[in-house]
Amino acid sequence: MNIIVCIKQVPDTTEVKINPETGTLIREGVPSIINPFDTYAIEEGLRLKEKFGGKVTVISMGPPQAMEALKEAVAMGADEAILLSDKAFAGSDTWATAYTLSQAIKKLGEFDLILCGKQAIDGDTGQVGPGIARQLGISQLTYVFKIRHLDPESRTIVVERLLEEGREVVETKLPALLTVVKDINQPRYPTFLGIRRATRMQIPVWGAADLPGADSSKFGLKGSPTQVVRVFNPPKREGKVEIIQADSVDEAASILADKLLAEKVI
Amino acid sequence: MDFALTEEHQMVRKMVREFAEKEIAPYIKELDRKHQYSRDILTKMGQQGILGICIPVKYGGAGMDYISLAIACEELERVDTSARVVLSVHIGLNSLSLLQWGTEEQKQKYLVPQAMGQKIATYALTEPNAGSDAVGIQTTARKEGDHYVLNGEKMWISLADVADHFLIIAWTDMEKKKKRDHSGMSAFIVERSFPGVKTGTIHGKLGVRAGNTGSITLTDCMVPAENLLGQEGEGFKIAMSALDGGRYTVAAGAVGLIEACLEASVRYANERYAFGVPIGQHQLVQQMIAKMVARRDAGRWLVYYAGWLKNQGIRNTRETSLAKWINCDAAFDSAADAVQIHGAYGYCDEYDVERYLRNSKGAVIYEGSREIHQLIQAQYALGYRQDKPLRCELPAYDPVEWQSEG
Repeated sequence: MNIIVCIKQVPDTTEVKINPETGTLIREGVPSIINPFDTYAIEEGLRLKEKFGGKVTVISMGPPQAMEALKEAVAMGADEAILLSDKAFAGSDTWATAYTLSQAIKKLGEFDLILCGKQAIDGDTGQVGPGIARQLGISQLTYVFKIRHLDPESRTIVVERLLEEGREVVETKLPALLTVVKDINQPRYPTFLGIRRATRMQIPVWGAADLPGADSSKFGLKGSPTQVVRVFNPPKREGKVEIIQADSVDEAASILADKLLAEKVI
Repeated sequence: MDFALTEEHQMVRKMVREFAEKEIAPYIKELDRKHQYSRDILTKMGQQGILGICIPVKYGGAGMDYISLAIACEELERVDTSARVVLSVHIGLNSLSLLQWGTEEQKQKYLVPQAMGQKIATYALTEPNAGSDAVGIQTTARKEGDHYVLNGEKMWISLADVADHFLIIAWTDMEKKKKRDHSGMSAFIVERSFPGVKTGTIHGKLGVRAGNTGSITLTDCMVPAENLLGQEGEGFKIAMSALDGGRYTVAAGAVGLIEACLEASVRYANERYAFGVPIGQHQLVQQMIAKMVARRDAGRWLVYYAGWLKNQGIRNTRETSLAKWINCDAAFDSAADAVQIHGAYGYCDEYDVERYLRNSKGAVIYEGSREIHQLIQAQYALGYRQDKPLRCELPAYDPVEWQSEG
């Protein structure tokens, strides 16, 4: 099994602060982590490798510091890693990100499976995984909760998807792209051996020039159809507190029910 | 000079922190309340390789250096002292002693499963009537054929009920015992399964209630002669060099406890209002925070310096003792301040700081009380004390050798 895992480095959720003046995320000095959903994708990749053999390649697009996230994935057991980092990639929206990642995956050659987290906890779009699948013209199985069956011989995969209304069982042919939810497994910690491997590994950094087959007008901000106009906090909800005065609990409940009906809450 | 932690060290810190926060933090308050020891946490530490962190790969360890051991201790004690205590006895006092003094056979038989976390180890010098006065111990080991017969009682032993292997210090020369000549002491590797070993739990401790502490009773305990660690008469030297390992882990853990106090205090000082402002705005609260920062940073460099000496293979008895004394006092003072900053809430177990305070006291007493460490420091300064070379020194950290398989 040749498995590719796409990961993103995101600010540590518990530490995120918003600049009240500009309304933007304060990223300076904020610790970064691997997008938590992506750690489940890494774990699933490692488990499949342990079961079927092969290798796991992690790939990330981001600033040079995203190298840390890749090293952590290697410390968990990934075999190879590639960082896509170039000023030309800056400002990419989900479309341009999916395009760039898919170009890099094409360059890597043959693969059986691409794994992604269901979404990143900073942007929360959940679009990059499906975008990559579309760019590569392969099946996408999103919100995967469980891989029921995988047969490298007949090149089929059966998964359970976790949907709002229930679970859905679907089957497709390999190669395919899966986005996984956190219920799929329990990610392992990096190991000491893995940490040593990661710190000694020379992880290649690919820029725009390393993707010669790609259309460079589709990279970065200029290749992004999405334009962010403004980032802002939703206005604070103005609430009014009213204490219902009544002689008995029943009477108070009755007044409350009338008011809720009048407000069309119930 | 190079003060930088390597990328490897930083990744070790991140991993152990994540481990401690996920595997220990969610359960520790309840375990502490119930005075309950969790074997599960120990098992997971073993699976993660933490129990053999600085032991060479060829002896079943993870092959990291002594600084990594300190970092792991810091991160474990940042969550709870009981987890760091495991590294103190299992690695600091026992496994490092086997690495330093053990024969190849002893290393294969005992160090390998310990480093892999399959067997748990501890160290037993202290007795009901002998703590700081180590020469005052009463346990004896009488040679009979190809065995030693051990009799005596050890007390205040961490993991007494849990450990599979004990490093026991006992008198082998009864004449020297009478004269209090410590060259009559020897060290033994004792398995729990040996006949005549019994352990009991000590209840009612002020702190480290999620940790196991107990006594070991040896009644005509038969120990094979090949389980003598080092030579006959080297027991005191082994016991003291073991403390160079144990005290190092205690000193490092204390830094983690200070860090925990600081983090909790900063959080609370920004949340809690008094006189219309967050209490962090009040200068006397700031003073307590500033002292915690100073203690943490100063303590960290004392430990890392001792660790650097260990990595270089340079004797560090004085530096380790200094770090242990200063940091354990500093942890106790920081925990007391953390409770003070939290006010009445800090006095209750709704917040963690009361546990930090209770946990910090033990280390001011064990592995050399603060009084003993002051005597040691003064004796070095006054020229009353000098380190003599040991027959076996703790090996310097050599990354190539420590990470090779064979």
